Amino acid sequence: MTKYHVKTMINGDPAEFLCGTEQTVLDCLRDELGLTGSKEGCSSGDCGACSITLDGRLVCACLVLGVETEGKDIETIEGVADGDDLHPIQKHFLQEAALQCGICTPGFIVAAKALLAENPSPTETETRYWLAGNLCRCTGYDKIVTAVMNAAAEMRGE
Amino acid sequence: MSDLQFSSPKSVKEAVKILFAAKGKAKVLAGGTDLLVQLRAGRMTGSMIVDIKNIPELRSIKKEKNGFTVGAAVSGAELGAHKAINKAWPGVVEGLELIGSTQIQGRASLGGNLCNGSPAADSVPGLIAAGATCKIAGPKGLRTAKVEDIVLGPGKTSLKAGEFVVSFFLPTRPKRSGDAYLRFIPRTEMDIAVVGASVSLTLDKAGVCSDARVSLGAVAPKPLLVAKAARAIVGTKVDDEALTQLSLAASAACDPIDDKRGTVEYRTKVAGVLARRAATIALERARGN
Repeated sequence: MTKYHVKTMINGDPAEFLCGTEQTVLDCLRDELGLTGSKEGCSSGDCGACSITLDGRLVCACLVLGVETEGKDIETIEGVADGDDLHPIQKHFLQEAALQCGICTPGFIVAAKALLAENPSPTETETRYWLAGNLCRCTGYDKIVTAVMNAAAEMRGE
Repeated sequence: MSDLQFSSPKSVKEAVKILFAAKGKAKVLAGGTDLLVQLRAGRMTGSMIVDIKNIPELRSIKKEKNGFTVGAAVSGAELGAHKAINKAWPGVVEGLELIGSTQIQGRASLGGNLCNGSPAADSVPGLIAAGATCKIAGPKGLRTAKVEDIVLGPGKTSLKAGEFVVSFFLPTRPKRSGDAYLRFIPRTEMDIAVVGASVSLTLDKAGVCSDARVSLGAVAPKPLLVAKAARAIVGTKVDDEALTQLSLAASAACDPIDDKRGTVEYRTKVAGVLARRAATIALERARGN
């Protein structure tokens, strides 16, 4: 099977991997690079558990081929915390108990981080619409939305 | 699994050459939000994927003398962030922006949405109502086609082997023009249209509608241009009676399927209601321009 040699930047570090055409970047992150933080939920772009950013743009890693990421900048959940210091969004997810099983959590955190990078003061409605592509079957969303709103406030210095 | 090849041309010319050499066995990849799902489900035919996103022409939005050229692979997020297009063609932008989630918006494109050939494609009625054309590249060179002539039926397009859409052209409208797209789904986000309706219209100085185009999605095997619905409001002040006639003409044009999203009767009725509401929004926008 033809394998392609792909060079990317992942969470600020150069990363290379070999992949077949049909492997998604999610497959590459998890199976070739051992970055298992991004989760595979639906594999069809419906659930958002595999959310990453590609050149700063929020996407589903299951809908991007590994070979497409040549020369691109990828950010995953593994790059959100600064060493042992959790990102404010992560801290507020813990404080609010905004997770139960945790499968959707990396996707929510990556998506919420992308939201706050674009809009530091989202309304609750804006937050809910932005996160509409992230599905959670445990929490009922309220705690997640509260955690994101609280993190936004903290990041604004309030 | 067969050996699936990948290619990422850097120019239209190179892409044409690769697609020609593949003899109809290549699939064009834009945002991938449909193609990758088909690939995953084992429903993708072909032995090569050609990623056209690295061709600059397919990724740029250009203001021309008489309109806008929008690359076929420009994403929803990119189109939504373009102020001049939002001002000139809000109905076109809102059609593309209604597709999927924030994540999907990072990838989904006008070209992909059109060429996937879904009768329910949200961005297509807006383009048809806008009178948009597309530039198509192929082994015989470039050609231009009306957007309404591309989709022939579910999953089928008029593109010939080796052809792909390079860009869309949105002509400049006269002053006092407006457009709008509305979609009906049973929830507020992330669903496939039960009915979609787009109206683009222009008013003269006296407020009389001088030109209009009406397009419907998800109510026939392909997105429709409904000339009769447009004729119902041209020459009127788009008053209640004219809107009623537009609504009736829209419903009369429907030939929908019965499925879990809606029955034939339901889709037919909603198409009339939605066309009327879209016309009302387009009218307000035209009065503001």
